[in-house]
Amino acid sequence: MRNILTLAEKELKLYFISPIAYVLAMVFLMVSDYLFHSQVFFYSTLSSQAMRAQGNLPQINLHEILFRPTFLNMSVILLLIMPLLTMRLFAEEKKGRTTELLMTSPLTITEIVLGKFLAVWFLYALLLGLTLHLPLMLSHVTYVAWKPLIASYVGLLLMGGVFLSIGLFASSLTENQIVAAVISFGILIGFWLIGMTAQTVSDSSVGEVFSYLSLIDHLDNFVKGMINTRDLTYFISLTILGLFLTHRVVESQRWK
Amino acid sequence: MIEVMHLGKRYGETAAIDDVSFTVAKGEILAFLGPNGAGKTTTMRILTCFMPATSGTAKVSGFDIFESPMEVKRRIGYLPENPPVYPEMTVSEYLQFVAKIKGVPHKKVGAALASALEKCNLGDVARRLIGNLSRGFRQRVGLAQAMIHNPDVLILDEPTVGLDPKQIIEIRELIKGLGGEHTIVLSTHILPEATAVCQKVVIINRGRVVAVDSQERLSAQLRRSEKLSVRVRRGEAVDPQKILSIDGVQQILPQPAVDGEGVFIIESELGRDVREELAKRVVESGWGLLEMKPLAISLEEVFLQLTTEEKGVEEAAAAPVADGGVAV
Ligand SMILES: Nc1ncnc2c1ncn2[C@@H]1O[C@H](COP(=O)(O)OP(=O)(O)O)[C@@H](O)[C@H]1O
Ligand SMILES: [Mg+2]
Repeated sequence: MRNILTLAEKELKLYFISPIAYVLAMVFLMVSDYLFHSQVFFYSTLSSQAMRAQGNLPQINLHEILFRPTFLNMSVILLLIMPLLTMRLFAEEKKGRTTELLMTSPLTITEIVLGKFLAVWFLYALLLGLTLHLPLMLSHVTYVAWKPLIASYVGLLLMGGVFLSIGLFASSLTENQIVAAVISFGILIGFWLIGMTAQTVSDSSVGEVFSYLSLIDHLDNFVKGMINTRDLTYFISLTILGLFLTHRVVESQRWK
Repeated sequence: MIEVMHLGKRYGETAAIDDVSFTVAKGEILAFLGPNGAGKTTTMRILTCFMPATSGTAKVSGFDIFESPMEVKRRIGYLPENPPVYPEMTVSEYLQFVAKIKGVPHKKVGAALASALEKCNLGDVARRLIGNLSRGFRQRVGLAQAMIHNPDVLILDEPTVGLDPKQIIEIRELIKGLGGEHTIVLSTHILPEATAVCQKVVIINRGRVVAVDSQERLSAQLRRSEKLSVRVRRGEAVDPQKILSIDGVQQILPQPAVDGEGVFIIESELGRDVREELAKRVVESGWGLLEMKPLAISLEEVFLQLTTEEKGVEEAAAAPVADGGVAV
């Protein structure tokens, strides 16, 4: 455990030294804010139309109309941003020949993989934490349902874990960071397409399988305020699978 | 301290090293000498548990590299061909990180850092980014990371490659100073480096150990001569004096032969071709010349591929070296 924390600390240090974390945080925040505010704008025109037509405010679920679309759109932004966070994790070590340092130190490969994963996951949690200003801001002017919000953030954290473990895996495959990013984009877009397909063939049994595989469908359950074991299992097992594959790749590279 | 037993490593069909065996005693500095591609890096990577061997094994401080890799790793400090540094980190940040992953207790990291900085003369650059340091300083940071956990054994892969003469001398002095306290294996393709720094030399060529020798005996080998093997019909008739009187011939060594034939090894001065004169004498004396061929002893063949001279280093060594103050 001590080793994992030492490794994670080093990764975080390197993230905060390089500009990439700051640039990505800024882009992510700007886009999230934009998505949220366009949703607010949409909602306010909608409600004023409704007021004019009926003379009173219709029953609207704020979470449903403001946060749900924001979070679902945010997941697409994350899909584009996360590979840029993970691409350096192993590729940079290989390029800089520092793998030799790690692999000849008394560390297990599991510790190395977990150290890197925890570091980038923590960074992602910080990034996500920055978007909390949106509900906080809103809570000043109106009632905010915190329960589904908490569920949404749990869902986003877990889905991020999947994105990051896939990105880590991609990074272990190559010493070229761009290639690593492209591989993880490829895999994540694959998952996204599965989700799209699931919607178009929703009523067949194939659709059911696709829907189970779709990251977005599972996230949507969290965003609706439901935390159930099916979705938890899905995210957590995919994350572990990514980490396991990374472990195998790193181990196998010793034999080359 | 280190026992290497019949190590072999294959890459597909080709063997990078084959049946490599040697031992290093506690406190000894051993040179692993061989031309490029001889298998030095491969051997070192196996010893440090970076990659597994295909056959054979090795023990470091009594621990087997296959059975207890963690124990071996704790006892080894390794400087690969390229110092494994993070250019974005400062020297002390980096060394602290290495100390922690090498298992130095957190409370002792500060002391380990201070001692490594001092031994490797890095005090002045402790807060500098590694990426901004010169090659020589980066190499010293590499040495510092190898010894930060005070390991029994230091494995240094071509530690002076790419440095200028002044830096080479500094690094060698540093390594010499570390001997005694640590057992050191140092690889090099530069003959004078092996003889200047090390007590014992293992010469490796094309993946095989061709000689294991003390530094003194190796230096004696260096004063090498041209060797010719001559076979004659009537061995008993040969008068050594007649051959020794040829200009340039230094020695004649009779070899065992059969059927009354005679075989002699004739050593002559380096760079002096005595074959023509020799053939003339043998024929004129009527000994019956059957064969004459230059002898390529395996070791000499290796020497030919080694770097035997170091331009600049000798001059720089002769010149007074300013103490401590080094250009970054
Ligand atoms: N990854 C590899 N794949 C195939 N052959 C390799 C690999 N690494 C080294 N070799 C071969 O093994 C031999 C020994 O290489 P190496 O140990 O690096 O030699 P040295 O360090 O003495 O220069 C060389 O012939 C080299 O071409
Ligand atoms: Mg080498």
